[in-house]
Amino acid sequence: MFKCKTSAEVGGMGHSVKRKEDARFLHGKGKYVDDVKLPGMLHMVMVRSPYAYAKITSINKDSALAVPGVLAVITGQDLAQYNLHWMPTLLSDTQMVLPTDTVMHQNQEVCAIIATDRYAAADGADAIEIEYEPMTAIVDPFKALDKDAPLLRPDKEGQKDNHIYHWERGNREKTDAAIAKADVVVTERIYLPRIHVASIETCGCVASYDKDTEKLLVYLTTQAPHAIRTVVALVAGHVGLSEEKIRIISPDIGGGFGGKVPVYPAYVVAIAATFLIGKPVKWIEDRSENLTNGFARDYHMDCTLAASKDGKIQAFKVKTLADHGYTDSSANPSKYPTGMFSICTGSYDYEHAFAELDAVYTNKAPGGVAYRCSFRVTEAVHAIERMVDKLAHKLDMDPAMLRLNNFIKKDQFPYASPLGWSYDSGDYEATLKKAMEMVGYDDFKKEQAEKRKQGKLMGIGICTFTEVVGAGPSKDFDILGIAMFDSAEIRVHPTGKALARFGTKSQGQGHETTYAQILAEELGIPYTDIEIEEGDTDTAPYGLGTYASRSTPTAGAAAAIAARKLRDKGKKIAAYLLEVSEEDIEWEVGKYFVKGAPDKSKTIQDVVFAAYTNIPPGMEPGFEATHYYDPPNLTFPNGAYICVVEIDKETGVIDVKRFVAIDDCGNIINPMIVEGQIHGGLTQGIAPAMYEAIQYDEEGNVLNGTLMDYLVPTAVESPHWETGHTITPSPHHPLGAKGVAESPTVGAPPAIANAIIDALSPLGIQHLDIPISPDKVWEAIQAHS
Amino acid sequence: MKHNITLKINGQSVSAEVDSRMLLVHFIREHLSMTGTHIGCDTSNCGACTVLLNGKSVKSCTYLAVRADGAEITTIEGLSPEGTNHPIQQAFHDQHGLHCGFCTPGMILRTVDLLKHNPNPTESEIRWGISGNLCRCTGYNNIVKAIQQAAKEMAKEKQPAV
Repeated sequence: MFKCKTSAEVGGMGHSVKRKEDARFLHGKGKYVDDVKLPGMLHMVMVRSPYAYAKITSINKDSALAVPGVLAVITGQDLAQYNLHWMPTLLSDTQMVLPTDTVMHQNQEVCAIIATDRYAAADGADAIEIEYEPMTAIVDPFKALDKDAPLLRPDKEGQKDNHIYHWERGNREKTDAAIAKADVVVTERIYLPRIHVASIETCGCVASYDKDTEKLLVYLTTQAPHAIRTVVALVAGHVGLSEEKIRIISPDIGGGFGGKVPVYPAYVVAIAATFLIGKPVKWIEDRSENLTNGFARDYHMDCTLAASKDGKIQAFKVKTLADHGYTDSSANPSKYPTGMFSICTGSYDYEHAFAELDAVYTNKAPGGVAYRCSFRVTEAVHAIERMVDKLAHKLDMDPAMLRLNNFIKKDQFPYASPLGWSYDSGDYEATLKKAMEMVGYDDFKKEQAEKRKQGKLMGIGICTFTEVVGAGPSKDFDILGIAMFDSAEIRVHPTGKALARFGTKSQGQGHETTYAQILAEELGIPYTDIEIEEGDTDTAPYGLGTYASRSTPTAGAAAAIAARKLRDKGKKIAAYLLEVSEEDIEWEVGKYFVKGAPDKSKTIQDVVFAAYTNIPPGMEPGFEATHYYDPPNLTFPNGAYICVVEIDKETGVIDVKRFVAIDDCGNIINPMIVEGQIHGGLTQGIAPAMYEAIQYDEEGNVLNGTLMDYLVPTAVESPHWETGHTITPSPHHPLGAKGVAESPTVGAPPAIANAIIDALSPLGIQHLDIPISPDKVWEAIQAHS
Repeated sequence: MKHNITLKINGQSVSAEVDSRMLLVHFIREHLSMTGTHIGCDTSNCGACTVLLNGKSVKSCTYLAVRADGAEITTIEGLSPEGTNHPIQQAFHDQHGLHCGFCTPGMILRTVDLLKHNPNPTESEIRWGISGNLCRCTGYNNIVKAIQQAAKEMAKEKQPAV
């Protein structure tokens, strides 16, 4: 286990210190985008399409402009004059800012109303007259590939059908051969439906352009302010917005979960509006706009898992159809159109695997964000973990035993996975055994056997996942060509207190506390003496932002290394002050001392003061350091989750009796915060497992675009979570740490699905797609009895 | 149509002329510039806009400002004197009952009402009691713990000195 090196007062790694950022949130003093109020600020409302696919035949602005308070209506035709009506996506596709002639999904932005207040803007949106000529929408992604399917993107040169790209990884022939030879083969089509992150704060911005200084300031709900600044400069450079004149401020963010990575069209319209009008423009998305724009998942996966009759896994194959909506605006690294999906081989040691994916256009909203997981890891883990369970049932083997028999062993790390990852570390066997012990697995097995005799439905579900987070090494990972490093800049003031700034951006993860703890660990300065700032591109060092559990793996590492640079400088100063050579100085947390004479010492505060007041001859004054960290590898957090459910046969109601989550995220900075992140991710795991899915009808209408019918779990649906840890440090991270906050979102859905399907298995039910709601269970029971 | 309203907010009396359709949450946030009360949905599901109105927790996104004429309102800014924590605020801090903080003001004000009517709730009563307030970050475990701590602390405060 991890042993703290610092005292509780210093509060370095391993201390559950209380969060430094809490006070403002507890007293209503957080500053979120909608709290920004600038002099002369105007309000913008987007008018959106009622149709999934339609020609726009006319837009009559006059009725809107006649509304008191309405100042302007901006259409795609208006933006086209500046060539701003289309924008590039991160994956080399194109997305409409505003349409000039055709709408491609329901609730797509059609035009913008700018008014003096939000009520007038809403009135303008109500008054505007737009005529459409509806067309037959393509909703089913499989039908999008039909030969006679209409071409959705004739605007794209060379586009002859609705296929976007094909991707594959692994060896098809060898995998097929291994499957053909295997004793046992299980197959399943698994669908991970379209869902939405639904952060409680929706998206929005306040854009303010000063025509005199030619400076653009944008308060934005973004997880990646620097990347957005560069994107704005690239998209709008031709109209005069150059990068040094652009300042993006990401203030307090009310939850992100990947949904605040993309550039949404309304951001661009707000920027265009302030640029043209010269007054600040605020746009705040309402909840229905939020739920019907952007999405995560939507993968249809045909899976095949092969094994020997004694239960040794031999090969895995998965063929996926991905529904991307009308454009591929996935928020993925450039070289990874399917994100980290090739982690789909899981935590098991076998040789042959092949994964392929075809992406298609449909008349649905674009998106392809993560929903609190590293790029497409949830899809991958769900596929392998459902299939391993299906294999266990087919072999009539205990699913825990099957997993234990197939795990990558702890001495096999670094482990080269069949699809090309180098897993850094783990002790999968110890993690699963700890979970089994904590839940009381053997007792539950006995109880289940008893209950089955009585005709009761009880299920035990396991998921033993491996995640891949912390993008990433610059040789492989970039966004629009920008390498996915991250940064830390530390300034220690003469009195020994510090200010540190980062290229990441917390959305609730507690960076102001954990980054201070990393610096406390490395410098011995109490965490309470260290202020952390993020989110302002004018002051923070360049970084790629916070998503995909990358902050600790990248910026956390940058903090440690920048602090170590300072410690090296401090050593020279200490040697000067103590009148010994540098080689004779040793460091223990918070102080330098002379080897063999521990009473001859200088505290870090003494040394910092000297850096400003008594500088060794020839040394650069001051005590500041910056580091840009390019990680050598990703980190591979992992875990073992066990879920126990009971199902009421008459109603289909599912009662989650127990849920135990054992996570291994390497060394832990703040156990309280890590546990809190696990709790939150688990609730965002049960959400898609049992409640959430964006549903469309045949015409492409969204059926549940409000929080009345898109079921975000309340405290009642969310069970009491039980958590624990094993600690296998990452060998390549300077702190031995790994990312963590998304593991539970990845691990929980298969554990819950496996438990429910295990409960239903005596009835002959072998698979159900998530969300597995009571009505779905009830229907399955009816169909099988 | 315009209406003159007078109400007391966090102990201060305010008078204003409001449109019939002005929502209480917009009145508080935009007219009074008190931005601790948040907006998370349009359907009174999320509870981020919860305030205390005459001591009762109310979702201010579905309450007309004109209807609040004569009312006494407490928002998160007025729950405790500046520089101090109400026991519920303290408990949310101690138990790590908040991450992004967006749902927190509503969650805390809902808890005030919950504990007023049920000073010693069971875990199930707490979970049902806050089920009109959504949190997307915490998974609720630590919010429940925070409310349990606050209930204990507030019970202690109520006990007469021996």
